[in-house]
Amino acid sequence: MKDPYETLGVARTASADDIRKAYRRLAKKLHPDLNPGNKALEERFKEVASANDLLSDPDKRRQFDSGEIDASGAERPRQRYYKDFAAEASAGHPYENRSGFADFADSDDLFSELFRRQAEQARRAPGQDLHYRLAIEFLDAVNGATKRLTLPDGGTLDVTIPPGIEAGKILRLRGKGDPSPGEGGPGDALVEISVNPHRFFSRHGDDIHLDLPITLTEAVLGSRVRVPTPTGAVTLTVPKGSNTGAVLRLKGKGVPRPGGHGDELVKLKVMLPSEPDAELEAFLANWKPGTNYDPRRDMQP
Amino acid sequence: MIISKMEFLDRTQLDLETLEVWIEEEWLIPGGTATDQAFSEADLARAKLIQDLMQDLGVNEEGVGVILNLLDQVHGLRKALADILQAAPKQSTRPDAGSPANRDE
Repeated sequence: MKDPYETLGVARTASADDIRKAYRRLAKKLHPDLNPGNKALEERFKEVASANDLLSDPDKRRQFDSGEIDASGAERPRQRYYKDFAAEASAGHPYENRSGFADFADSDDLFSELFRRQAEQARRAPGQDLHYRLAIEFLDAVNGATKRLTLPDGGTLDVTIPPGIEAGKILRLRGKGDPSPGEGGPGDALVEISVNPHRFFSRHGDDIHLDLPITLTEAVLGSRVRVPTPTGAVTLTVPKGSNTGAVLRLKGKGVPRPGGHGDELVKLKVMLPSEPDAELEAFLANWKPGTNYDPRRDMQP
Repeated sequence: MIISKMEFLDRTQLDLETLEVWIEEEWLIPGGTATDQAFSEADLARAKLIQDLMQDLGVNEEGVGVILNLLDQVHGLRKALADILQAAPKQSTRPDAGSPANRDE
C-alpha cells in the first residue's frame, strides 16, 4: 500500500481543506462511473478513495501520522459501481438511452443493419417483471396454501404457496408480469413472501418449537396431554417427574421438507395455580423433600 | 433482490423527501407500483453514484441531471458497440478475428 499523502499528492502538513480539494480533483478524473471502460483507472480510484478515507477522518489521520495504524487498514472493500449494473442490464431497462446514436440507424450502411437487429431484439424482449410482497400466516407457510393477491389495478393473482416455504423466498409466476412493449411474451410476477409470527409456534429450520404449559400435577405424576401441532392436536405423554425446560420431541410434526418432515420440539413449562391454593400450601408446609433437592446447588460460591 | 423503500432509505442514508425529488427528476426509476415501490441493486448503485457526484465531486443538482443523461447515453453506446463487436467477426475477413474481445464481462 502506497503512502496515502503521496497517493493524493498532498504534503504531510496539508489542511483538511487541501485534502478534500485534492481528492475532489482526482475523483473527477478517476471515478469508475465516469470511466466505465477503464479498469486501470478503477484500481487507481480505489487507492485514492482509500487514502481519502484515511486522511479525511481526523482520528484515523492522527493515528496514521503517529504510526499507530498503517495505510492497509483503510483498504476499501470491493464496491459494485453503477456501470457494472448498466453493463449487464438487459434490453429495455428503465435507464437505457439511445439518443447518443439513434441517428446512425437512419443511414443505409452496416450500422443500420445492426440497429435494425437490435430493434428487432428489443421488440421481442419480454415485458417487465413485476415485484410484489405477500405476508402470509405462519401455518400457511408450514402447510402450504393458495393466496389471492389483489393488485393495485384491481386485478387479482392466485399465488400457490408451497408447504414449508421460508420467509424471504421469492416465488416467480411465469407470464404474470407486464405485457411486452413489442411482440415478446409478458414478464414474470415476482412475489416476495414474508411470514407473520404465530401466537405460540416458532420455527427453527425445519423444526417447530413450542412452549407447553403443564400443571404441577401433570409434571409430578405424569400424564397424557393434547398438544397443538401445525396439522392439528396430538396426544403427548408427559413422563412422571417432568421438569420445566424438559424438551419432548414429536417426530415428523415439523415443517415439510424434501423426503420427510422436521420435528416439533415441545418445551415443558410447569405452572402453579394462578390463585393461591390453601391445600397445596398446607401440604408443602409439612413436606420434607430429600436432601438432594437443591436446585441452586450449582450456584453455590 | 428486491429492496423496499424503507430498506433503500436505510442503505443509502437518504431522507424520504430527497428520494422523492430524485424519483420525480427521473434520476431513479424504481419498479413496482406508485404505492409500493421496489428498488434493485442497480438503483442502489445509481443512488450511490448520485451521492458521489454531489458530495465528493461537488456537482450541483442541475449538473447531476446532465451527467446522468450523458452517462445513460454512454451506456447505450457501449451496449451498441458491444453488439457490433459481437456481430463483426461473422462479417470480417481478418484471419485472426478472434473472440469479440474488449466486451465487458
